[in-house]
Amino acid sequence: MSYLKPKLHHPGLPTNALGLTRFDYDGAVSTLCAGCGHDSISAAIIQACFEIDLPPHRLAKLSGIGCSSKTPTYFVGASHGFNSVHGRMPSVLTGANLANRDLVYLGVSGDGDTASIGLGQFVHAVRRGVNMLYIVENNGVYGLTKGQFSATADQGSKSKRGAVNTDAPIDVVSLALQAGASFVARGFSGDKSQLVPLIKAGLKHRGAAFIDCLSPCVAFNNHAGSTKSFDYVRDHNAALNRLDVMPPRAQITADYAPGEAQDVTLHDGSTVILRKVGAEHPVGDRVAAMNYLQERQAEGEIVTGLIYLDPEADDLHAHLGTVETPLAHLGTGDLCPGSAALEAINASLR
Amino acid sequence: MSQELTRINDFVVKFANVNGSGSASANQLFARSILGMGVPISTRNIFPSNIQGLPTWYEVRVSEAGYLGRRGGVDLMVAMNPQTWDKDVASIDPGGYLLHDSTKPLPPSKFREDITVLGVPLTEIANRAFADPKQRQLFKNIIYLGVLSALLDIERGVIEDLIGKQYKGKDKLIAPNIQALDLGRAYALEHLDCPIGLRVRRADAVGDRIFVEGNDATALGCVYGGATVAAWYPITPSTSVAEAFAKHCNRLRKDKETGRNRFAIVQAEDELAAIGMVIGATWNGARAFTATSGPGISLMQEFLGLAYFAEIPAVIVDVQRGGPSTGMPTRTQQSDLLACAYASHGDTKHVLLIPEDPRECFEFAARALDLADRLQTPVFLMSDLDIGMNHWLCEPLSWDDTRTLDRGKVLTFEELEAGTPFGRYRDVDGDAIPYRVYPGTHPKRGAFFTRGTSKNADAGYSEEGSDYVANVDRLLRKFETARTLVPAPVIRQAARPTRIGAIFYGSTAPAMGEALDVLEAAGIHMDTMRVRAFPFHEDAFRFIAEHDTVFVVEQNRDAQLRTLLVNQGNIDPKRLIPVLHYDGTPITARFIAGEISHRLAASGDVARKELAS
Ligand SMILES: Cc1ncc(C[n+]2csc(CCOP(=O)(O)OP(=O)(O)O)c2C)c(N)n1
Ligand code: SF4
Repeated sequence: MSYLKPKLHHPGLPTNALGLTRFDYDGAVSTLCAGCGHDSISAAIIQACFEIDLPPHRLAKLSGIGCSSKTPTYFVGASHGFNSVHGRMPSVLTGANLANRDLVYLGVSGDGDTASIGLGQFVHAVRRGVNMLYIVENNGVYGLTKGQFSATADQGSKSKRGAVNTDAPIDVVSLALQAGASFVARGFSGDKSQLVPLIKAGLKHRGAAFIDCLSPCVAFNNHAGSTKSFDYVRDHNAALNRLDVMPPRAQITADYAPGEAQDVTLHDGSTVILRKVGAEHPVGDRVAAMNYLQERQAEGEIVTGLIYLDPEADDLHAHLGTVETPLAHLGTGDLCPGSAALEAINASLR
Repeated sequence: MSQELTRINDFVVKFANVNGSGSASANQLFARSILGMGVPISTRNIFPSNIQGLPTWYEVRVSEAGYLGRRGGVDLMVAMNPQTWDKDVASIDPGGYLLHDSTKPLPPSKFREDITVLGVPLTEIANRAFADPKQRQLFKNIIYLGVLSALLDIERGVIEDLIGKQYKGKDKLIAPNIQALDLGRAYALEHLDCPIGLRVRRADAVGDRIFVEGNDATALGCVYGGATVAAWYPITPSTSVAEAFAKHCNRLRKDKETGRNRFAIVQAEDELAAIGMVIGATWNGARAFTATSGPGISLMQEFLGLAYFAEIPAVIVDVQRGGPSTGMPTRTQQSDLLACAYASHGDTKHVLLIPEDPRECFEFAARALDLADRLQTPVFLMSDLDIGMNHWLCEPLSWDDTRTLDRGKVLTFEELEAGTPFGRYRDVDGDAIPYRVYPGTHPKRGAFFTRGTSKNADAGYSEEGSDYVANVDRLLRKFETARTLVPAPVIRQAARPTRIGAIFYGSTAPAMGEALDVLEAAGIHMDTMRVRAFPFHEDAFRFIAEHDTVFVVEQNRDAQLRTLLVNQGNIDPKRLIPVLHYDGTPITARFIAGEISHRLAASGDVARKELAS
């Protein structure tokens, strides 16, 4: 395949439970600008997939249109990818998930893709509880079309050309909470140690998992006056927690003092360990999460970390009562009722 | 007064009602009672796009000869709507009949000399018999049904049976319905000259045919065709496709042991999401469809281009209505042909299947799912409101149990494991259809990237002009392959050799059949071709070449099928004479026969040629 890089593996590279190395989760060479935050997110996704022993071909990665939406080409090359149309990834992902509930679904989107043209689809996929991890690579601008403000740009923030954004921003985290996402987090492309575990936990969560990942655009939104630049985000980041994701049945060695951490068991038996570093935040309380976000925001802080988690959540398939076998795997015998049933229907129509 | 019409088993009754007055059930009972006497009928609902208050009509064509289209004209008008009185009375053929509620007398100016007026004090009878105001309104309808049964000589027992069937399980509703029926019958038998010249006589002309709505049959076709994912957004007249799909799936597609569903139906947030879900589902190996109408098709354009270019199967049921824009949402047309055939920006061409009746809706829906998988492309089922939302008498639905779902060219784990070479957009077999692999199939082989952007034959992103051209040219060749797979046109030779031909499609079929007989009786013989798909079969162009005069009959203003024929067959537009009907009501035999004979008379040249042949 054209996007596969030649693989020269060092024999000493660490392998995961599948015997794969981190390089087995690589994709094509990125064509994004050097230093683009999106590339750091791709690296974090690669790391996360490697660490949770995800068989690469069991990942389905879907995106819309934009620099961010190009990134699925740059990670996990052995999985199927789908660049759909601008803002419409959520519906395509929903359909894909309906067809085969056994794959792991990763939706990658931009803030333009999600908060402008795709706002409706984003909210609806979340409210349906589609089992996915939806990542917004949020840079506050339209990167691919060269620097227009996106709907997440803060009011008063400045564009590279000096224009001031006069519109109020849409906070996609608040929206995801409001719409009923059962896993809501915010990360920062410049903080990989926080982001990787978030992605791991999001991929493992059953239900609609959402990560808003601040991802500065070095070409159009990394200057003074921008509230999505590396420096600005670093200075205003209020990390809520750090987390670890432990696989099922793995020995959990506690290296934290009691009272500073909280365990949450996910559907597949793995454990999310939350280490509090910021304020005490009840991660299972949606209303508290919304209030906390608003409070910190009023203080000019950007809250990062796992903001809300409902470990009991279920997904669209549960709501629709579909069979365990992926619908895509059902054959003629399962689906076609046959001529006898049709004859009975004919009889009822006479 | 002109001669009263006398016709047995061959007439048109029209009911003029007010939407929301509960007349639908009585009118349907009337239609079914004639069917119950073994006489074929066809019915047409003409209704407004609101819920209450506006006028609605229900037309019943009674035809032992089996004409199932609209004839045109009215022999007996049941005028229950004061608002449309003048228009309704005017529409009665000379010698016809007018049945009305005579509770409040009307001035003579409100009537016509050349028709028979049958007044029955329906309100008065209903008010005397029933106390509850809602019942009074509802049973007024059953009372006129009773009157009609006496006037037209319909067997009371047949109606009684139908009422029994209809209210099975709600038995206490049976008695008052029968009471209302008999009140009407008794009044008519006592006060009117029963039966009138129009009569129903028991016959054996229905056979084992079924009486079914097109949308219901389409939904069943989707069940039989193996669709597991349906995503839709409500829009008249397509909504009942999704609703019927849910109904049939709940009955036929539950896992017996677990009670879980072998289907997923999502009411999407809009048509963009609906088609997006379909595309996601088919990309991932399920069979999926959406049902919509013109405005929904407009919204889906961007995604349809993606599905075409990225070669993803999708079935779109378009139940056409009157456009453009919101147009006439509850009236019928065939005006989405061009929008669907060339949907989306850039160079696109899509496969259309065009059913003539519910039976073909069933067949073509299942076939569309096969074809979409086989061709890896969107396939449109071009139904319309007339077929979709009316009950049609048609041959029973049939299914061959040896038939399996044609999933097209999909490489399996075993094939990939065995080293079968794979390049997503390579034309391996020379039919321009590439192979695909469902996501998640093989750990090492077969993964590819799906995108709406230009790519090379291995699905790698490519902005090379040569890659682009090779790809879009292959898509054109794939369309040629489609031509060999879609249903061929149905060509009928006239009883005598003729140089006149007529092309038509879809719901125009039954009216066309009757128009041909009318024309033939007048000495005009025509060969006909019913087009059933786009791309057009080569026979379609041969048909045009073999006739000097070719009429193209369709239900839209711009002669859309004609445009497609001209475009695709490089045909001189002058060779194709449009016959167009687009007021939103289903086309009638009278209209078609009238237009064609008029045009032929106007060009005496052509008529002479025909007569000479
Ligand atoms: C229907 C449609 N309108 C407009 C565009 C042009 N377009 C491509 S990407 C993009 C914005 C992308 O912004 P964002 O999602 O924030 O991603 P980024 O490039 O910043 O990562 C736009 C407007 C398009 N592709 N399709
Ligand atoms: S324009 Fe911005 S978002 Fe796009 S690749 Fe460059 S840095 Fe990244």
